[in-house]
Amino acid sequence: MKVSLSWLNEYASINSDPEEMAAKLTMAGLEVEAYNSRFDYLDKVVVARVEAVVRHPKADRLNCCRVNVGEEVLSIVCGAPNVKEGMLVPCARIGAVLPGDFKIKKGKLRGEVSEGMLCSASELKLDADTSGLMPLDSSLVPGTPLVEALNLSDTVFEIDLTPNRPDCLSMIGVAREAAVFQDPPVELNLPGTVMPFERAAVSINDLAKVDIQNPELCPRYCASLLVDVTVGPSPFWLQQRLESVGLTPINNVVDVTNYVMMETGQPLHAFDYDLLSQNRIVVKTAGTGTEFTTLDGKAHRLESDMLMICDGEKPVAIAGVMGGENSEISEGTTRVLIESAYFNPVSVRKTAKRTGIGTDASHRFERGVDPAATRQVLERATVIMADLSGASIAEGIIDEHPMPCTAVEIRLNTDHLNRRLGTDLGSDKIKTLLESVAFGVARESENFLKVSVPSFRVDVTRPEDLSEEVARLWGYNNIQTSFPAVSPSRTSLSPILAFRQTVRECMTGFGFSEAVNYSFTSADSCDRLNLEVNDPRRSVETLLNPISEDMSVMRSSLLFGLLETMKRNNAQQVDTLKLFEVGNAFIATQKGVQPNEREKLSGLWTGSRVSPSWHAKAEGCDFFDLKGVIEGLLGHFGVTDAVFARASKEDHPYFKQGVAASIAVGGNFLGVLGQVDATVLKNFGLKQDAFVFELDMAALLASAPEAVVAAPLPKFPAISRDITLVVDRDVVSGDIMAEVASFVKKEKLVEDAFLFDVYEGEPLAEGKRSISLRIIYRSWEKTLKEKKVKGLHDRISKTLIEGFGAGLPS
Amino acid sequence: MGKTIQEIEENALGDLAKASGLAEVEALSTRYLGRKGELTTFLRNISKMDIDERPAAGKNANLLKVKLDGAFKAAMDRLSDADGDGAFIDVTLPGRPVTRGTLHPVTQVTQEISDVFLRLGFDIVEGPEVETEYYNFEALNIPKYHPARDMQDTFYVSDSILLRTHTSPNQPRVMERVEPPVRMIAPGKVYRCDSDLTHTPMFHQVEGLMVDKNISFGDLKGTLTTFIHEIFDADTSLRFRPSFFPFTEPSAEVDIRCVMCKGKGCRICSKTGWLEVLGAGMVHPAVFENVGYDTDVYTGFAFGMGIERIAMLKYGIDDLRKFFENDMRFLGQF
Repeated sequence: MKVSLSWLNEYASINSDPEEMAAKLTMAGLEVEAYNSRFDYLDKVVVARVEAVVRHPKADRLNCCRVNVGEEVLSIVCGAPNVKEGMLVPCARIGAVLPGDFKIKKGKLRGEVSEGMLCSASELKLDADTSGLMPLDSSLVPGTPLVEALNLSDTVFEIDLTPNRPDCLSMIGVAREAAVFQDPPVELNLPGTVMPFERAAVSINDLAKVDIQNPELCPRYCASLLVDVTVGPSPFWLQQRLESVGLTPINNVVDVTNYVMMETGQPLHAFDYDLLSQNRIVVKTAGTGTEFTTLDGKAHRLESDMLMICDGEKPVAIAGVMGGENSEISEGTTRVLIESAYFNPVSVRKTAKRTGIGTDASHRFERGVDPAATRQVLERATVIMADLSGASIAEGIIDEHPMPCTAVEIRLNTDHLNRRLGTDLGSDKIKTLLESVAFGVARESENFLKVSVPSFRVDVTRPEDLSEEVARLWGYNNIQTSFPAVSPSRTSLSPILAFRQTVRECMTGFGFSEAVNYSFTSADSCDRLNLEVNDPRRSVETLLNPISEDMSVMRSSLLFGLLETMKRNNAQQVDTLKLFEVGNAFIATQKGVQPNEREKLSGLWTGSRVSPSWHAKAEGCDFFDLKGVIEGLLGHFGVTDAVFARASKEDHPYFKQGVAASIAVGGNFLGVLGQVDATVLKNFGLKQDAFVFELDMAALLASAPEAVVAAPLPKFPAISRDITLVVDRDVVSGDIMAEVASFVKKEKLVEDAFLFDVYEGEPLAEGKRSISLRIIYRSWEKTLKEKKVKGLHDRISKTLIEGFGAGLPS
Repeated sequence: MGKTIQEIEENALGDLAKASGLAEVEALSTRYLGRKGELTTFLRNISKMDIDERPAAGKNANLLKVKLDGAFKAAMDRLSDADGDGAFIDVTLPGRPVTRGTLHPVTQVTQEISDVFLRLGFDIVEGPEVETEYYNFEALNIPKYHPARDMQDTFYVSDSILLRTHTSPNQPRVMERVEPPVRMIAPGKVYRCDSDLTHTPMFHQVEGLMVDKNISFGDLKGTLTTFIHEIFDADTSLRFRPSFFPFTEPSAEVDIRCVMCKGKGCRICSKTGWLEVLGAGMVHPAVFENVGYDTDVYTGFAFGMGIERIAMLKYGIDDLRKFFENDMRFLGQF
């Protein structure tokens, strides 16, 4: 909200400079985001006297003027029709920058030199008048800065007001705070309604009626009536006031309603009385489906529970939100009915939300206006409007008040307050502080105060609210810093948190950098990943109000984001990427129920296996590079029995045929890894091979043995024996190794076995490959003899040869 | 009779002077000092000498042993250094590369924040990112149609299910589960329907909550002051100013002295010299009522902060969107 310092000064003499003032308001809880001098742009505009006017030799509509700007006389070409010798006008000197980023430069206009510009009021944004030069008072001295001559100095504060302080959506409200936070505090001068005005010979009670049919939505409605109104532009001072807080002047009727709203915080509305059918105001909820056109010319379909201001026949305003076109003030208006009402905040908010209209009025009603000020504000507005529009005021005021508001009283335990704040303030101090911002305080006993809350402080309803008042008036920074007495307790990271931290450290240790992608993805991401129609990841949670199509559903896999990230990096010529991400994937369940959030660890490797260096030729990474990473990770957590199985294209259509595996531990599925299919690469706009994996964090954690038990070390030497099997190509090594593992388990002397070579090609027959294993034999009791091992090794070899239809190399 | 000590010394040193290669020196060392070497043999034969010659001979022989030992070693060191045959490498060439991965700056800052609060005795909890309207708003004293809902633009997935707009739903979730005392922080992703230069639709927060008997606003100030001093410098000054959150009363914004300009006023702090880093306050009694805590017995404080905000200040990052673009050239810096 914009607040003008010169306007504030009408109600309190603010003696701090703008910077100090901004700091004080901020510390009062009214955060000043920015402040600036409103007329900075006029710094090179001065009062000038036109000394001579000569017709431009080459242009009928232009005049060449000699202009006295104090210390010198300038030549200025001017096109204004009202220019004449002797008049005083504003002159923008060379270097001035006028509204609209209009720079004044020395130049020639059709051959004649011009050293500045004589200005109209509209060019200086001081008035809407574009008809000609802005005439200035003849008593002014040429050369005087215009700002000084017109007394235009003003600072405007931009306040980011929190929703709990609707009382400060007004100059008086801000002035009240500013006054208290001055050092020393200053008095507040509230405006009265006493002003000379003329009473018309008619009474409002004879001319109009107000009927409230929904008192719970409109507890109070006041109206006054002006006759013999002359609608016209507002005086300069009023236009300035409105402009200073960002409002556009319209006419002397509407401007007064806005002016008084900005002053007091109570929104007002002016109807053209003669357009109100049957001269009646009926406050009631709308009929369904009725169409209504607001002041801004937009049509709205009304809903049954929207509160409307109607006349005898039809709606004329959306209560608390915006008036209707059908009863708008126009140039021909002669009788004006002014409304001042209290509307239910929730009702106004609902209507404003559903019609999509947000106005200064609805903003205030939603937050809660002063329920006790309805009539008083109306009186003030009526008097000012009568004064400015030459109108008379009809006798009386209509004040329908079916549901009077009750004042809030709070019993305050000062011990509780001090304990909450960590302060030691006496009852008298607390009383003084609260009284400074208009609370009524009576001492009830040693540590109890009876506090009556001013009607405009709708945010204060319980003792805790008073603790905030006391704290901010006393000063948050005057409250002693203390430390909570903490009882000792055991704190430790939950298993998943500690596990996640270790996973991240492992991955960075393996050379992977952590990415954090948005949890949103595009609705077509599942299509782009070639997911099957019945893939569970197709059950995405869709946002009702996404920011964009690209971010319209919650991700059901982290792979989307990683592939997008790869694309962005490739576009920056970063071709080698080792990335991982830990985060939630979301699978929708049913409508109105939260989705399943499954934490995933995903990774992507593309580009080179090792960073380019003089040690080795650049080589692309492959499936086994990524598999090694996963094995390393599993190994770190002590998982030794992970099974990698060939993943089918049907289940994982986003992987290249044959270059994908699923990972399971003890029959529990952990995730998948593989090479991204060419069509998927294309769908994501990628041009180079990529290898990805996605593991379920909970499954990974569950697969890890809980504790490490140290094994004893052997005392006797081992003997190793190799065997090479020639098998059909489609016999997978995993099956052979599983068979060997069964010997490790059941034969006491077989300690370990590993695969050390795989070979295909000459001299092996087509469709064959050789797999070489090394088996380690050891006894825990003695040094093994060759003979003892031979029998066992032969037996294992025989089992493998027979079991896998293998031959031995020739 | 064999050679004298003097002869052995002269021969040995003479031979050593002529030796040109490492192998030759090694051979000489063996010839004089080895198991069957000349000096070793001399020493062994001392027992056969006249009894009164023995002490002097033994002493001299041992002195020579030390002397020769040193001379051979020195020669071997010298020769092995100068041995040009493949022993020279260009140590200035780069080593075999080992790639170093980096943790995302948000993760690093979250861990730092967590570490501080773990030391202060806080637990770490987590909650769902897709939340119910109840936990995100109602339980936190933000009823439907309350203007405070305008403070946070919300993504909805259905009428009553939304993406949490803050980590605060963890407050009622934890308090429903446990009785006081409560000390917890809750880091995580949050979402707001807002995207421009200074807002991303997703960002990270850390929530904090402490509930016990006699917890005061002063305690809140003390705890957050300690925290700020641990995360930034120990001489960072703080200021608390009144603000509004529906779930705290009194509410405060916490500013720190601008870490860039040290309070002189710069672009980062909008010339104010202060940076807003935390929202905080005393837990509103309505929140306690919602979870069934006795408001006469317990008080508590809560706070929340944006992790990216802290990371931007710590690392001098100027554009919030960089956090989620995952440009390797950015990630690699942390």
